[in-house]
Amino acid sequence: MTRVLGWLAVLGLLAGLVAGFGLAPREVTQGNVQRIMYVHVPSVLVAYLAYTVVFVASIAYLARRVEAADRVAHASAEIGVLFNGITIATGSIWGKPTWGTWWTWDARLTSVAILFVMYLGYLLLRGMIEDRERGARYAAVLGIVAALNVPLVHFSVLWWRTLHQPPSLLKPGAPAMSSAILTPLLVNLAAYALLYAYFLAKRVRILRREEEAAA
Amino acid sequence: MSRNAKFVAGGVVILGALAYMIYAGVTQSAVYFVTPAELQAAPVAGKAYRLGGLVAPGSLSWEPRALDLRFSLTDGKASVPVRHKGTAPDLFGEGRGAVVEGSWTPEGYFKATLIMAKHSEEYKAPHEQGEAGYRELIKTLKGER
Repeated sequence: MTRVLGWLAVLGLLAGLVAGFGLAPREVTQGNVQRIMYVHVPSVLVAYLAYTVVFVASIAYLARRVEAADRVAHASAEIGVLFNGITIATGSIWGKPTWGTWWTWDARLTSVAILFVMYLGYLLLRGMIEDRERGARYAAVLGIVAALNVPLVHFSVLWWRTLHQPPSLLKPGAPAMSSAILTPLLVNLAAYALLYAYFLAKRVRILRREEEAAA
Repeated sequence: MSRNAKFVAGGVVILGALAYMIYAGVTQSAVYFVTPAELQAAPVAGKAYRLGGLVAPGSLSWEPRALDLRFSLTDGKASVPVRHKGTAPDLFGEGRGAVVEGSWTPEGYFKATLIMAKHSEEYKAPHEQGEAGYRELIKTLKGER
């Protein structure tokens, strides 16, 4: 099952590459540099998804004290940090030629950087506490609190004046893009979601084996 | 370094980074940029500002040999003349959004040290032109957000 997921993710990523870098048209205003969107946007949406899973699994752990829920939260946080980092790196690479700067402290960039550091802290906390049960409990609390930053990141461009433009996809009404650009984006989004599912399944299994080996 | 010392060091780095970002966020991004109308209401010479607006059509002049860039930023209510020594990003142009860092001079113009282009959230394939995106952009630059 996990192996099938992995192959589906590989196929999806290949299709996404062809769609985004081959079939998609040159965007009118930005030209080829807009193609970074096909990595940047799926990455951040998968990071949102990963942190939402941390949130739900943390609540489940606190309610039921099932170790499996704690392992899901742990694994999902790691994957979230990975995709959050990719988001910041690709955003920075995109920002330099279009905005004229690698970084600026507007509300969107600041909030997404805080999100990244919070989950780094989450992983650090997990590693710091020796006692299995206590560590899982503390991590669950932080996993719930830190997730509140996700909507803040999303709405930052609507609540404050920012350099970053407002949402094109996650907004009421139709996406603010031609279908020739939207379709490759959705292909990549599906591929990244598959990759997330594969990483999660794999990492949860490794965490379980590690605990079995240590016991 | 022992395991605990590593975690303490990591924790200090993370808390420090968080504190710095919240500090930078509160002091800088609460009002990320001022609009031309806000600047002209109470300009303070020599003070560092971030100014955001629309590059007024017909106001742009560019002297490549002297790297001398001049334009006006407008929000529909007020217009501020801006001068810059240096180049502008690719997406910078008349009728488009821009955010500039710099300071107000006693001579009555804004001396920019960094030019940033603000683009709309619309992505278009060729042959599907429209002006709706620019109207939206002007709305955001008028400080309605």
